Amino acid sequence: MSDPAQTPSRRSLFQMIGTVAGSAAMYHAMTVLGHAAESPFNGPIKLSAPPPGTSVLVLGAGIAGMVAAMELRDAGYRVQVLEYNNRPGGRNWSLYGGDVYTELGGATQTVRFDPGQYINPGPWRIPYHHQGILHYVNRLNVALEPFTQVNYNAYVHSTKMFGGKPVRYREVQADFHGHVAELLAKCTRQNALDQTLSKEDRELLLTALKDWGALDANYEYGKNLISAERRGYDIDPGGGLDPEPAPSEPRAMSDMLRSGLWAAIGAGHSYDMQSSIFQPKGGMGQIGKAFGKALEPLIQYNAKVIDIHQDAGGVTVAYVDSRSGGERRTATADWCVCTIPASILSQIPMNVGGPMRAAIDHLPYMASLKVGLQFKRRFWEEDECIYGGHTYTNQSNRVIGYPMWDYFSKGKGVLLGAYTFGREAFIAAARSPEQRIEDALECGARIHPQYRAEYECGVAVAWHRVPWALGCAGEWSDEGREQHYNNLCALDGRIILAGEHASRLAAWQEGSVTSALDAVERLHKRVMNA
Amino acid sequence: MIKIANGIAPRLSIAILLAALAPPARADTAAPAPEPRNPFEQQAGAEIYNGVCQGCHMPDARGASGAGAYPALARDRNLEIAAYPVAIVLKGQKAMPGFGNYFTDEQIANVVNYTRPRFGNHYRGKVPPADVKAMR
Repeated sequence: MSDPAQTPSRRSLFQMIGTVAGSAAMYHAMTVLGHAAESPFNGPIKLSAPPPGTSVLVLGAGIAGMVAAMELRDAGYRVQVLEYNNRPGGRNWSLYGGDVYTELGGATQTVRFDPGQYINPGPWRIPYHHQGILHYVNRLNVALEPFTQVNYNAYVHSTKMFGGKPVRYREVQADFHGHVAELLAKCTRQNALDQTLSKEDRELLLTALKDWGALDANYEYGKNLISAERRGYDIDPGGGLDPEPAPSEPRAMSDMLRSGLWAAIGAGHSYDMQSSIFQPKGGMGQIGKAFGKALEPLIQYNAKVIDIHQDAGGVTVAYVDSRSGGERRTATADWCVCTIPASILSQIPMNVGGPMRAAIDHLPYMASLKVGLQFKRRFWEEDECIYGGHTYTNQSNRVIGYPMWDYFSKGKGVLLGAYTFGREAFIAAARSPEQRIEDALECGARIHPQYRAEYECGVAVAWHRVPWALGCAGEWSDEGREQHYNNLCALDGRIILAGEHASRLAAWQEGSVTSALDAVERLHKRVMNA
Repeated sequence: MIKIANGIAPRLSIAILLAALAPPARADTAAPAPEPRNPFEQQAGAEIYNGVCQGCHMPDARGASGAGAYPALARDRNLEIAAYPVAIVLKGQKAMPGFGNYFTDEQIANVVNYTRPRFGNHYRGKVPPADVKAMR
């Protein structure tokens, strides 16, 4: 980042406007400059100075807890953070070679990845419109690199179609769009849409379908150089006296429909998956580490919270050493921002009102599985020209994610060998780490025959077995939100909750950030009105 | 093909395949495709316990403890009345998700009937699938 003292960055410009003219003016300036329109994140918050000595206890040093701690500290609060783990970040977490992870039930995995290799068991991508987490990433000088959601040369795979052979995403999308465009063009030309569209619109539609679906002059999708520009060639165009290019053969509409492979086409269409997407260089956990460093004196690690009590005088939190148990200790403050996941918090005595308690007790936590697999060489790049992105399959591993860093390096690489929710993730949690890895290898080998020969080592994280989370994220139903969400987020006496569970961006770090900022602002308002 | 008894129409195998291929998530670690949920294939109580339940309650049914805990089902007085575990499996409790959409009445009866006389519990009598259906 440039030095703000010399060249004011946009952020520091906004801060200057905010300082002299107030936050409304700053927001207006940001909107005019096209910054604030896309995100609930309204730019850096600026809290006025609280009464001297006002203290806040933050429970949890995940993203939400550390955002809250940083903003409260900066405003002048006395802040203390209690964290169960021996590291900052919470679910913002990367596993590297040498890391040791023990799950519930006692299975211990020592990660044997080479230096530079890692897997993110939790969050692993940041969409461009998640301006809240991106603000802190930039503030903490964490370097970002592009994350590829859709790779047209990766595969879509079904064990039940096309002889169980994987199909390139490029071909699936081209064939499906092409066939649909041809059908719709046929309907249009056979006057089936005359009641719906004017003559002029029908002609425009035909032009658009020809373009969108790569149709020929007769509005047909077939084997020719037009469709080859979408789905690829049997012989690619070359130079000099290379052979003439030859188009590839589209798959039949009926086969495409029955294969189900079209379900993968939407992978990059949703708002959260659209380019640009980012990842921190060296693993998502770099954000948590940078936060932890910035807040170093404030965070007490290895602290297992066992009781939260508020009264007229303040908040008292009892905790023990998360490794050895032992002596009961207490921490006190005027106020408390609690970011402990509801899965854990529902088991901790805390004297809050019935509505908040009911909300905490209501929320189920999702199962999820991620498996990281290290291979001796990057065969997906060397043999198959797959650089980043994802392969989708109907097998129990569901996804293969290719590493999105160090492309073309001659060394090793770590694949995301499985990424599942629901049934597959429940089953994985009931299996040993070794079995989960074996399952991922078995599935992957049906797509990449190189798997068995090149595999070196792996690690498997089933989120229901994670001792400090008991699941990957809260699973809100529409009815649950309707009934409980506002009660979960409301300030209860001296206690306010924050985290992805207290957001409408479930399981996203942006939910943690925006939840923490909202909680801190409301708490601060309460303090100033006390 | 598993018959779903809870009002969800039995799905054709192709529908299951399509669901299986749906993009994995709408959120970062998360947000599963909302519906349909794929039912479990395990039928016998032992298969269901070992294939699913032990993920949290552990192979010996003694639960586990970290920042929070999973309750033991071993020597568990709550299993005395079969309707209690049936209700918990169907609807969930606190962070435990409900499995009503994942299991048939028969599957839930089977796994409850598997657990009640095991793991240091000695409760007699079997809950019939019809009782599970009535509690949905």
